[in-house]
Amino acid sequence: MSHWTPIARLEDIPRQGTRVVATPEGAVAVFRTVDDRVFALLDRCPHKGGPLSQGIVHGARIACPLHNWVIELDSGQAVAPDEGCVRRFDVRLEDGMVAIALAAGPTGS
Amino acid sequence: MSKPKLVLIGNGMAGVRTLEELLKLAPGKYDITVFGAEPHPNYNRILLSPVLAGEKKLDDIILNDDAWYAEHGITLHKGKKVVAIDRVCRKVRTEDGTEAGYDRLLLATGSAPFILPVPGKDLEGVVGFRDIRDVELMLEASEKHRHAVVIGGGLLGLEAANGLKKRGMNVTVVHLLDTLMERQLDKPAAALLQRALEDSGLDFKLEAQTEALLGEGRVRAVRFKDGSEIPADLVVMAVGIRPNVGLAKASGIHCERGILVSDTMQTFDPQVYAVGECVQHRGELFGLVAPLFEQAKVCANHLAEFGIARYQGSVTSTKLKVTGIDLFSAGEYQGGAGCEELLLQDPSRGVYKKLVVRDNKVAGAVLYGDTVDGAWYFQMMRDGTDISAFRENILFGQAHMGDSGHGAESHAARLPEDAEVCGCNGVCKKAIVDAIVQKKLFTLDEVRAHTKASASCGSCTGLVEQILQSTLGSDYSVSPAKKPLCRCTDLTHEEVREAVRTQVLKTIPELMGSLGWRTPDGCHSCRPALNYYLLCQWPDEYRDDPQSRFINERVHANIQKDGTYSVVPRIWGGVTNPRELRAIADVAEKFRVPCVKITGGQRIDLLGVPKAQLPAMWAELGKHGLMSGHAYGKSLRTVKTCVGKEWCRFGTQDSTTLGIELEKMTWGSWTPAKVKMAVSGCPRNCAEATIKDFGVVAVDSGWELHVGGNGGVKVRATDFLCKVQADEEVMEYAAAYMQLYREEARYLERTAHWIERVGLPYVQSRIVDDAAGRRALCARFLESQRKAQIDPWAERAQGAEKHEFEPLTPAERKANACIA
Repeated sequence: MSHWTPIARLEDIPRQGTRVVATPEGAVAVFRTVDDRVFALLDRCPHKGGPLSQGIVHGARIACPLHNWVIELDSGQAVAPDEGCVRRFDVRLEDGMVAIALAAGPTGS
Repeated sequence: MSKPKLVLIGNGMAGVRTLEELLKLAPGKYDITVFGAEPHPNYNRILLSPVLAGEKKLDDIILNDDAWYAEHGITLHKGKKVVAIDRVCRKVRTEDGTEAGYDRLLLATGSAPFILPVPGKDLEGVVGFRDIRDVELMLEASEKHRHAVVIGGGLLGLEAANGLKKRGMNVTVVHLLDTLMERQLDKPAAALLQRALEDSGLDFKLEAQTEALLGEGRVRAVRFKDGSEIPADLVVMAVGIRPNVGLAKASGIHCERGILVSDTMQTFDPQVYAVGECVQHRGELFGLVAPLFEQAKVCANHLAEFGIARYQGSVTSTKLKVTGIDLFSAGEYQGGAGCEELLLQDPSRGVYKKLVVRDNKVAGAVLYGDTVDGAWYFQMMRDGTDISAFRENILFGQAHMGDSGHGAESHAARLPEDAEVCGCNGVCKKAIVDAIVQKKLFTLDEVRAHTKASASCGSCTGLVEQILQSTLGSDYSVSPAKKPLCRCTDLTHEEVREAVRTQVLKTIPELMGSLGWRTPDGCHSCRPALNYYLLCQWPDEYRDDPQSRFINERVHANIQKDGTYSVVPRIWGGVTNPRELRAIADVAEKFRVPCVKITGGQRIDLLGVPKAQLPAMWAELGKHGLMSGHAYGKSLRTVKTCVGKEWCRFGTQDSTTLGIELEKMTWGSWTPAKVKMAVSGCPRNCAEATIKDFGVVAVDSGWELHVGGNGGVKVRATDFLCKVQADEEVMEYAAAYMQLYREEARYLERTAHWIERVGLPYVQSRIVDDAAGRRALCARFLESQRKAQIDPWAERAQGAEKHEFEPLTPAERKANACIA
């Protein structure tokens, strides 16, 4: 069962920017695109574990800051010809609040 | 609403490449139908020679199989020849009556071998060398017959002759002129080539005019004008190609030798486009694949209705696909009025090199026996590089240019398979060759994407291009003449900068909008470049876009491989004191910094800092007057100094003080790439000023100024700019030089590459000869520095860009949300 956990207001994440949230499942990078779509991926590039949250968001993609692998935000797939995939999390945006779906229950009170 | 219909006539390399480019730009824009006269899928025609020679199989040269057409929803009619175009009703019709309507029509009908109009030309056993059918006929003949005659001593003829020889036939090459490959080679190189081919067993009959082909049913012999005859069971006509214009002509499209097209690849009828060997553009016809691919790109751009690409002709180079023969030619190899020729001849090694030079720029090249530098000469030719600084060494090749990196040091074809080509990514030659063959790659970019070779520091680029050439064995030149800034645009760096200036563009979205960017917000390559160009052009008004900066600049620290950062305080001119050292030591201890390292630039590096701790550490350092060392940016890094005359018994000037002054003037400045400076107090040069972007070396009577050095991947010693006397002059020249570089270099281009591209004389003309210009550049630099010299660490320690450094905490946020 996944559990929706609110993590931020949309405006807490800069456009074309990223914030990181610590979850029981590891650090998760939450991305906001130029047209205000929001995505979440595990903060680990499938290539050498680079922190995707530190990369440049363009379109619905993120370029890893370590070696410029480009990852699709909606699927977590590396853009061809690179191969690899990073775990993705469902995200929803409701009344300006961003929530992500975590497998475990809420961490706090 | 139904989609517009695009019909392609000609299932060859140029037409299908156009579709590929179009599908990249605007997938699903058209309903596409393709007609191909041959019964085969799209294949790589330039690899027919290796197939004939038995080095490749037909299956190896298929580019797009049936599944590719299906996957992209393209209707493919193989083996159907279009015989009529109805431009009024906009439809085409094939021999067997198949019809298809179009909104846009693309003609890529290619060319046909020119068949000499001599008696006997229709005999069995007389073929051209153009398609799979021709190759099959030749292979069949080689199994049953002995004597082959190839008419035409050009590129194609020699490749055909080589192939037939390898298949065991006796081959005679007949040529009208007294020199082979006269369109690519001068006489000395042609003579070397002829000798090598004779050694491999080919016979030649030069200055011979064919009069008739003899035989009944099948060809038996060739007779020449002088009455002599030679036996022939197979005659290959390779005397040239003729654009296939019959169909276009019959449908009223204006043709001369080829179908006339504009710079947008449109024919006389704007609904009808044409690309490839069938076209005539600015009077030129095309027989090599590189220009066809450039045309394909332009054509796709217009079919996708972007409307910003122009085809302006191509510079091409040639390589012969005959194993064991190294031959390269490009450009105006014959020389002529206003040209100089640089020659190197070493007959016992079988090496001949000629460079044709005009105005100190490479205009053409012929290389025989040692072609390893072909790609390098070709690159300089296309870039218009000024070679005056190194022309005395240029013929010895790039390996003799102070290149201590692993550049093109050995001949690609002779490299063993397991030789490492790309040191950064650990890619060996075999991996590159396999990728080129299996994944059917044509361009350097594609090889980069698939193998990562040459994708990092780029020092092996020349070698990768060589491998590409030797693998494709091709007459194919790798890079386009004009390099776009990135995949989001067809515009070059220069064109973008020009537009920023002239169209007064002041934000990234504005710029992308008015220059027709293909992507909504660019990519990780173009955005940092655009951000820099805007920053440089509008220092007062432009607001920096942090999201268009690479992480190091965005957070003012260097990201390390484990995702931690490093902190490098500025130490002016490398001079510090116990108080600062103590402060750095205290901070290192307090924040449990795992590694303290003295850097190569006389600074102290605190490594392994978690991102969230950065502002606190900076605040602590700031209390002791320490600020950001900009060790992370495309900016002024360090000014390295020696101890100078104050301490050194050889020192002639106070290099330390001047170094500190230079750093105080230039720190904080954003530049196209990182900039390093150094000041040495005497010619012993302890600060290593002659491998810096800007180096100053003291002599008794003043200061020598050096520019364009680089101690990185490819070591480059500086060029001597000029000598000055006063410290103030050093400052003015340094500022002017910085600004010229800031305003004119391409983003990510180090000064070393910039100077090699534009030439030292150009930089001297702007900085040394033009005093008023120098002062103006200096003034612009100092003006932009007023806005740039703000310590980014102090700002962030006080809370700027807070969100960068603080992770979100879900529980807290949830509580807040409940309260709200």
